[in-house]
Amino acid sequence: MSTPLEPGMSPEPAGMSQIPAGMSQIPPLSRSQNDGIRDTVPAPPPDAGGTSPGAAGRGGPAPTRRARRARRRAARWAWLPRLWSLSTGRFGLIVVMVVVATAVIAAFWTPFDPQQVEISERWQPPGWPHLLGTDGTGRDILSLLMAGARTTIIVAVGAGIVATIVGISLAALGALTARWVRESVAVFVDILIAFPVLIIAMMISAVWGGSLWVVVWSVGIGFGVNIARVTRPELRRVLHSEFVLAGRMAGLTPGQNLVRHLLPNVAPVFIVQLSWGMAVAVLAEAGLSYLGFGAPVTEPSWGLLLAELQQFITVHPLSVVWPGLAITLTVLGLNLLGDGLREATDPTLSRRGGSARTARTHVPEVVS
Amino acid sequence: MIRYTLTRAALLLLGLFVASVLIFLTLRVLPGDVAQLIAGTNSTPEQVAGIREELGLDEPLFSQYVDWIGGVLRGDLGTSLLTGTSVTDELAEKAQVTIPLGILALTIALVFSLPLGVLSAMRRVRWSGTALSVGAQTLAAVPVVWAGMMLVVVFAVWLGWLPAQGFPRAGWSDPAAAIRALVLPALTIGIVEGAMLLRFVRSATLQAVGQDYVRTAAAKGLTRDAALIRHGLPNVGLSVVTVLGLQVAGIIVGAVVIEQLFTLPGIGRMLVADVGARDLPKVQGELLALTGFVLIVGFVVDLVHRSLDPRQREAT
Repeated sequence: MSTPLEPGMSPEPAGMSQIPAGMSQIPPLSRSQNDGIRDTVPAPPPDAGGTSPGAAGRGGPAPTRRARRARRRAARWAWLPRLWSLSTGRFGLIVVMVVVATAVIAAFWTPFDPQQVEISERWQPPGWPHLLGTDGTGRDILSLLMAGARTTIIVAVGAGIVATIVGISLAALGALTARWVRESVAVFVDILIAFPVLIIAMMISAVWGGSLWVVVWSVGIGFGVNIARVTRPELRRVLHSEFVLAGRMAGLTPGQNLVRHLLPNVAPVFIVQLSWGMAVAVLAEAGLSYLGFGAPVTEPSWGLLLAELQQFITVHPLSVVWPGLAITLTVLGLNLLGDGLREATDPTLSRRGGSARTARTHVPEVVS
Repeated sequence: MIRYTLTRAALLLLGLFVASVLIFLTLRVLPGDVAQLIAGTNSTPEQVAGIREELGLDEPLFSQYVDWIGGVLRGDLGTSLLTGTSVTDELAEKAQVTIPLGILALTIALVFSLPLGVLSAMRRVRWSGTALSVGAQTLAAVPVVWAGMMLVVVFAVWLGWLPAQGFPRAGWSDPAAAIRALVLPALTIGIVEGAMLLRFVRSATLQAVGQDYVRTAAAKGLTRDAALIRHGLPNVGLSVVTVLGLQVAGIIVGAVVIEQLFTLPGIGRMLVADVGARDLPKVQGELLALTGFVLIVGFVVDLVHRSLDPRQREAT
C-alpha cells in the first residue's frame, strides 16, 4: 500500500493554500490497491440499525415496525452526542453556531448601518457606542463584521452546495460506471486536484471579472474534486457490501440503491470533507476579496475590510485585528467541527474502539 | 522503478495536457468573443477586429491551440496584449523575487514544523504538547494576509526592524537589502504553511509511536523516545516528503497574496495585476507555467519518495 497519507490523515484543508495541489499523494499505479479499503470507515451503516443490539427486542415480542423505525432514526443521530463529548467537536459546533446566529441577526439588525459613512466619527477607538471602534470613513466595525458574517456564511454555503454537486457526481461517475469511464474519471480527478483553488479563481475572474460567485465556483469546483477523491473509494467499498447487494436483489433500481443505501453510507466521510471545504471557502472569500476578485466594494466582507484597513496599518494597527480574528475563529471552528465529526462518525478513530479496529480487518478488499 | 517512473511520467504529461486544454478553453472559448472582452465596451469594431487578428481568433480553435502549445514547447509562453512584452521573459524576471521567497518560506516552514511536530507528538500527554497542537491548529486557520499584517505591525511598525513593504529597486545587486525585504513575507508564508505541516508531522509521529517496530526497539532496551527517534523518525520523514508537493503549491498560492500585501515585484503580483487588467493571453501563459510547475514538483516528489522508501522499491 503506497498511500502516503496515514490513516486518519486525510489532507486537512484549512486554507486556500492547503488544497491538495500536487499529485504527490496519488500513486497512480496502485489504484487497484487503493480502491478497496480506505483509511476511514464510516460509522455502522444506518441500514444495520435494525440488527443493532436493541434492548427492546430482547426476549420480548418482536418490535413493531414503528419502534424499529424510531430506533433506526435514533441510531442515525447517534453521532451528535458523540460529537458533543469531544472537545474539538463541541468547540467547533459552538463557534459555527455563533457565526451562523450572528449572520442571521445581521440580516435584521446591526448596531449601526454597516455602510453608514460618518466622517466625524472616523477612527473611533473601541468603546461606547462603537464597541470595536470605527474605520477611516466612520463605519462601525462591529456592524461591518456582523454583516460580513452573513456574506461569509452565504458564500460558504454556496461553495458547499457546488462542491457537493461536483463531488458527488464525480464520485458516482468514478465509482459506479463502466470500467473505462470510471478509470478515466479517476485520472481526471487526480489531475484536477493539482489545481489550487486560487488558480481556478484567477481563471474564472480573468474571464468574468471579480464577484462573490468567483469564490463560490472556484472553491466549489476545487473542493468538489477533493470530495470526489475521498468519496469515490468509499463508494466503491460500499458498493460491494451485503446490504447494497440485498437491495439489488430486492429489485431496487441503481438510482434507488444509490439514494437509499450508497449515499447514506458515504455521508459521514462526505460531511467531514464538506466542513473542511467550507473552512477553505471562508479563507478563500477573505483572500480573494482582499485581492479584489471577490466581494464588490458595496458588499460587507471581512476580506475587503482587511484590504481597506491595511492602508492605515501604520497609523491604526489595532483595527486590523478584528476582521482577522473573525476569519480565524470561523475557520478554526469549521476545521475543528470537521475533525470532531470525523472522530464522532469513525469508530476506528476513537480510542476505546478497539473492537472496531479489529473488525475492520475483516472487510474484504474489493478490487475492480 | 523504471516502470513506475515511466507510468508516472505518462501521467505527468497527461496532466500537463489536460491543464493546458482547460486553461485554453476557459480563457479563449468560455468568454465568447475574447477580442470584444479585451477591447472593452467602448471599442470600435476596427479595434476588435485588430485584436482578433493579433490573437489569431479567426482561425479554427484547434489550430489556435496547436499554435499556442507549439510556442510553449519552444519556450514562448505568449506575449502580453497590453505591453507587448514576452511572458517568458517577464516570468523569468519576476521569478527572481518569487523563487527566493518560496525557498525561504519553505525553509522556515520545515525548520520550525519538523522539530516542533515531533515534540508535540512525544509530549502529547503533557501540557506543552497540547499547547503546541492547539497553537498549530489555530495558526493553520489564520488567513495568510492577516498573518502578514500582524507581523508588519509588530516588526515593522512597532519595532521598526524590517521594511513593511517593497523590494529594493536595485534588486539582487544589493543582496542584504533584498533579503531584508523578503524576511517578513517569507516568515508569514512559512509560519502559516509550517503550522499545517506541524499538524501533519505530529500525526505522522503519533502514527509511528504505535508501530510494532518502535515497540520492539523499546523492548530491546532503548528508551521510548530513543526508539521513536531512531526508528520512527525515518518513517515520519518519508511521509513529510509526500506532502512537500502540497506545501510547494501552498507556498505559490501564499506568494500570490503575500506579494500583494508586501508589494513585492514577483510572479504572484504580476498575475493579480494581469487578471485585473484582463490581459488574457498573458494570464494564459502564466497560469500554464504555474500549474505546470506544481505538476512537475508533484512528479519529482513522487519519484523521490519512491526511491527513498525501500519497501516501495521492492514492490515494483
